[in-house]
Amino acid sequence: MDNMRERFATTATELLDTDPRLALVLADISTAQFAPAAARHPERVINVGIREQLLISVAGGLALAGLRPIVHTFASFLIERPFEQIKLDLTHQDVGAVLVSYGGSYDMTGEGRTHQAPGDVALISTLDEWAIHVPGHPDEAEALLRTAAAAGGRAYLRLSSQANPEPRPAGQGRLDLVRRGSVGTVLAVGPMLAPVLDAVAGLDLTVLYATTIRPFDARTLHSAVTAARTADVILVEPYLTGTSTPQLSGALADLPHRLLNLGISRTELRRYGTPAEHAAAHGLDPASLRQRIASFLTPEPSRHS
Amino acid sequence: MTETKHAPDNAGPDPTAGGYGYADLGALMSLMTGDEKHGPAATSTLDALWVLYDRVLNVDPRDPEAQGRDRFLLSKGHGPAAYYAVLAAKGFIGAALLPGFGGFDSPLGYHPDRMLLPGAEISSGSLGHGLPLATGVALGLRARGLAGPRVFTLVGDAELDEGSNHEAIAFAGAVGLESLHAIVIDNASSTYGWPGGIAARFTQERWSALTVDGHDHAALEQALTVAHPGRPHVVVASVEPKD
Repeated sequence: MDNMRERFATTATELLDTDPRLALVLADISTAQFAPAAARHPERVINVGIREQLLISVAGGLALAGLRPIVHTFASFLIERPFEQIKLDLTHQDVGAVLVSYGGSYDMTGEGRTHQAPGDVALISTLDEWAIHVPGHPDEAEALLRTAAAAGGRAYLRLSSQANPEPRPAGQGRLDLVRRGSVGTVLAVGPMLAPVLDAVAGLDLTVLYATTIRPFDARTLHSAVTAARTADVILVEPYLTGTSTPQLSGALADLPHRLLNLGISRTELRRYGTPAEHAAAHGLDPASLRQRIASFLTPEPSRHS
Repeated sequence: MTETKHAPDNAGPDPTAGGYGYADLGALMSLMTGDEKHGPAATSTLDALWVLYDRVLNVDPRDPEAQGRDRFLLSKGHGPAAYYAVLAAKGFIGAALLPGFGGFDSPLGYHPDRMLLPGAEISSGSLGHGLPLATGVALGLRARGLAGPRVFTLVGDAELDEGSNHEAIAFAGAVGLESLHAIVIDNASSTYGWPGGIAARFTQERWSALTVDGHDHAALEQALTVAHPGRPHVVVASVEPKD
């Protein structure tokens, strides 16, 4: 099985062949994978070199000229470094683009903090009219890319080396009901589904799955939470803890509920190693997730009683 | 998100507007500022803007979004009274809008918003965005096979402090982006200056460059329309120092 980054390259290459309105903008990352596309479409496959401000501004200019740009580099250099260009040269100009990152929160653990971007989804969430897609499988990444490329508007597609073993339908913008339970509801985002399903095995929980986290499907969450006996909600995101808490709280504003937020900590970890070791350090491996979810559902009796 | 501008009803192109000449620009600016005299930020760009709209740009207020039009991107969005005055003189906006300058219901802010203002190609204000955006517009027009339109962007010499410009200067020169034109209004306001001159910063990166008197209309026109095959082109328009 190819990974999401490889699937992005094959799918975007095919889309560039068939849709003359598409352009691809790169900044020296993944240029080898796109060499055949660049050879066939030299005026629509543009590598600006190691210039990430220009990467986004060129995309804004291409969109102003009537093209639909797909823009790609690692998440830290796509979202965090040129954030003002995303705010002004795409959002404020009110033009469309598809930003496609790779690397997620800690795919490149050996590279250290400079190549990690757990804050990307939170940053994009500050801006108007962005769709945010967090696929959990290469098939989902492909479906979401095809949908975003064909649509107008602004989309952020967050690709990662971490993936679930099986794909689920993606691209409709709806939360996906994976299983129904009665003592609470877990919402797992993208690659967090597999560790969540491991963690909640044998627990009587509803599991929802999101690949599109903005716009947020408030209706499906609300009906899932009201269908369960207890309005206990657990959000598990593969990026900064609590990034989607405002959306969940808004969706459940009329329901007394409890909410547990799980995700990447703000703490500077200062470790290399593997993604699995980082997941464990952030309490996102199946064993840690199970312990944290179980203690949320069954709190210790208060010592003050 | 649409291609349609969300302009107030009174902001559309007015076919009866325009028809003003260069001599009227001061009066048009006074409608905005209430002053008979105008500060250096507003007037340093006035002659270059006038020459662009009067003699250089292929743009039509009756069809401000025509596919084949030249694109003018005002990067130095600060001090836009001269820009609005020229747009009013050429009929892109009605002069009746000018007194509302900066008001809540006005499409004319202290920095322009392209979604409010017919004829404005970009929203600007934060420095260092126009030249990189113009690079993308020029690439996009080329990719669409539109060989006719030229792309112009106006920046200030202090604006060149922003590193984003230098990403665009190096890249556009490297790929020989011939349809791209920069006009640098040089009023010597960059805090640390440009030893060796501004033009050299561009020619080093394989641009064509000319430096002219920023108030000399004939010289500006000639410099803005000179042939520069295979290279982007910059015109450094020297005006009196800011202080």
